[in-house]
Amino acid sequence: MSLPEMSALFPTLQEVIFVLFALLIAVTSLIAAMAPNLFHNALGLVATLFGIAGIYFMLEAEFVGVSQILVYIGAIATLITFAIMLTRGMMFGRTSAMNRQGLAGAIISGLFFVVLLGIVFQVPWPNVVADITDGEALIANLGALFVSTYLLPFELLALLLLVALTGALLLARDR
Amino acid sequence: MWGNNWNWSEALTQFQMRLGAPEGAARLVAYGLGAVVLVTIALTLVLFLIWVTRKVVSRIQDRLGPNRLGPYGLFQSVADALKLLTKEDITPRNADVISYNLAPVFDVFGVFLTLTVVAWAPGLIGADLNIGVPFLVALGAIGIMSALMAGWSSSNKYALLSGFRVVAQLLSYEIPMVLSMFLPVLLIGSMKLGTISASQSLYLFGFNLGLGWTVFIMPAAALIYFISALAEAEQTPFDLLEAESELIAGFHIEYSGMKFAMFFLAQFMNSFFLGAIAVMLFFGGYQGPFVDQLPILGAFYLLIKAMLVYLVTQWIKGTFPRLRVDQMMQFAWKVLVPLVLALVLWQMIVMKIFSSSWMQDVSILIGNLVVGGVVLNVISNYLRRQKVVTKRAFEPKSLIGVMEPVVSSGD
Amino acid sequence: MVSQTWYLALAAFVFSCGLYAALTRRNAIAVLIGIELMLNAVNINLVTFWRYGSMAPMEQLSGQVFSLFVIAIAGAEAAVGLALIISVYRTRHTVNLDELDMLKG
Repeated sequence: MSLPEMSALFPTLQEVIFVLFALLIAVTSLIAAMAPNLFHNALGLVATLFGIAGIYFMLEAEFVGVSQILVYIGAIATLITFAIMLTRGMMFGRTSAMNRQGLAGAIISGLFFVVLLGIVFQVPWPNVVADITDGEALIANLGALFVSTYLLPFELLALLLLVALTGALLLARDR
Repeated sequence: MWGNNWNWSEALTQFQMRLGAPEGAARLVAYGLGAVVLVTIALTLVLFLIWVTRKVVSRIQDRLGPNRLGPYGLFQSVADALKLLTKEDITPRNADVISYNLAPVFDVFGVFLTLTVVAWAPGLIGADLNIGVPFLVALGAIGIMSALMAGWSSSNKYALLSGFRVVAQLLSYEIPMVLSMFLPVLLIGSMKLGTISASQSLYLFGFNLGLGWTVFIMPAAALIYFISALAEAEQTPFDLLEAESELIAGFHIEYSGMKFAMFFLAQFMNSFFLGAIAVMLFFGGYQGPFVDQLPILGAFYLLIKAMLVYLVTQWIKGTFPRLRVDQMMQFAWKVLVPLVLALVLWQMIVMKIFSSSWMQDVSILIGNLVVGGVVLNVISNYLRRQKVVTKRAFEPKSLIGVMEPVVSSGD
Repeated sequence: MVSQTWYLALAAFVFSCGLYAALTRRNAIAVLIGIELMLNAVNINLVTFWRYGSMAPMEQLSGQVFSLFVIAIAGAEAAVGLALIISVYRTRHTVNLDELDMLKG
C-alpha cells in the first residue's frame, strides 16, 4: 500500500479538529443545560461559545468567530455570571433545579432532536464548497454590505442597542 | 530569501519537504516548532521582566533590590520560580474543584494566544490573521472569565469581591481600548498586524528610516490606549483588584504554589504584551533603520521598544497612587469613552472629506492634540484636587470638644 | 472537508439542549442560558449555509451578516433580560419562574 492510499484511510486534520470541537460543544452544552449548579451552567455556556467560535473559524468565517468571542463571552456570558452572583443563584442547591415539566421537557426536546436529525440527514443540501481566496477582501465586503444593502437593519440595530442600554439601566437601577 | 512575501512557516515547511516529509506532517512540525520557540522565549522573558520590575521599583523606592544571586541579582527570579514550584498545592475544602483548577490554565492560555499575532520581523509572525486586531481584543474576554472563575470557585468573599471588580474594570476599559486600537486600523486600512507594522515605514531617498509611526499623527489615541492598557493589565493606578488594604490579595488569594505562579506569569506577560501591542499599533512595530537590509533586526527593535514601554509602566507603578473604584469607573465612562468616540468620529469625517494623505494626517493630528490636551488636563486636575482632599481629611477640633474635663460642682 | 450535514447535526444538538434548558429549568437565568444556546445553534446554521450554500462566498455574505445581527440582538436581549431578572429579584427575592405567579387568577 502506498503512502497516499494509507493517508486516505486516516481522517484528515480538519476532520479530527471538527470532531474535537464537536465533542467539546456536545459535552459543555449538556453541562450548560443540565448541571444543577447555576455557575456550572454559566461555565458550560462559556465553553460552548468557545467551541462554536472554533467552528466558525473552521468554516472560515473569522470575523463572526471573533465577534462571537468578543460579544458572547466578553459581554453576555460575563453579564450572566454577574447576574448569577447578584441574585445569589449560586448558593443554590436546596431546592430542585428542575420544574415539574422535567420529564415532558426531556421527551419534547429529545423528540425534537430526533426529528431535526432526520431532516438534516434526509434533505439533499447544496454541498458546494467554493474557495475563499482573499479573507481580507471578504471582511471588507462584509463591512460594505452593512452600509449598503443592510443599512436600514443596521441603523435599527443601533437604535435597538441604545434602547436596550437605557432600558436595562432604568430597570436595574436601585430605587 | 528574505523577499517581500517571505514567511517563516512556508520556508520551514518547504525545507522539510525537500528532506522528504509529507506536506501535512511538515506543516504540523513547522507550526509546532514555532509555538515551542515562542513559548520558551516568552517564559524566559517573564523571568527577566520580574527582575526588571523589582530592580526598577526598588531604585524608585531608594532600595537596592535583588543583588545576591548571579550578576546584579539576575538569577533571583529563577530561584523564586523554583520556590513557587516546590510549594504545597492547596485546594480549599469548599472550593469548586473543576473551575478552581481550570482558572489559572485559562488565564495563561489567553495570554499565550497573544503570541500568535505578534509581528517580530517582516515575514516572522506566527499567523498573520485577517482579523488580527479584533483577535487581540477578544483574548481579553478569556482573562475576564478566568478571573471570575478564580474569584467564585475559591469560595472566599475577598476573592469574589475582587472578581466583581475585575469584571467592572476590564469591561469598562475594554471599550476605550478597542476604539483606540481601531484608529490606526482605520487609517491604514488593514486589521493584519503584519500589514500595520509594514505600513509604518518612512522612505527618505529610497532608504527606510522606519519612523512613520502612527503615534506621530495620533498621540491621543496612543495615550488613551496606554491608559486603558494599564487598566487591562491591572497595573498600578488601576490595581484595585489586588488592593492589599481592601481585598488582601485579589482574586487569586486562595491559590498557592504552581497555580499562583501561573496567575503571576499571566499578569507579567499580559502587561508586557499590551506594551508590545502598543508598539505594533502606534510605535512602528519592528520598523527601524536598516530593517529592510537586515530583517532580523526587527525582532530586536520590537523587543527594545516593548521593553521601554514596560519600563514606563514600572515607573508609573513606583510613583502613582491607587485610584478608588468610583474614580476608576468615572474616568473610564465620563472621560475616556466620550473622548475616544469623538476621535473616531473626527477621523472618519476627515478621511471622507480630504483625499490627499497629508491633509488627512494634519487634521487627525489636530483632533488628537485637542483630545490629548483634555485627557492630560483631567489627569492633572485630579492630581491637584487630591492634595486638597488629603489636607482637609481630618478635623481634630471635634475631638477636643468631647475630651473637655467635666467642671466639678464644688462639694 | 467536513460535510455540511455534520455541522447541521451539531447545531441541532445544541438547539435541543437549549430547548431542554428553556423548558425545564426553574431559575430564570438558566432559562436565559438555554435561549442563548438556541440562538447559537441558529448561528451555526446560518454560517454553515453561507459557507456551503453558495458558489460565491466572497460576495454572497447574507449568512454572515445575519449571524452578526443575531449576535448583536442577543446582546441587547441579555442586557434587558438580566436587568428584568435583577429588578424582579429586588422585589420578590427569588428568580425561580414557578414562584413568580402573582398574576395567576
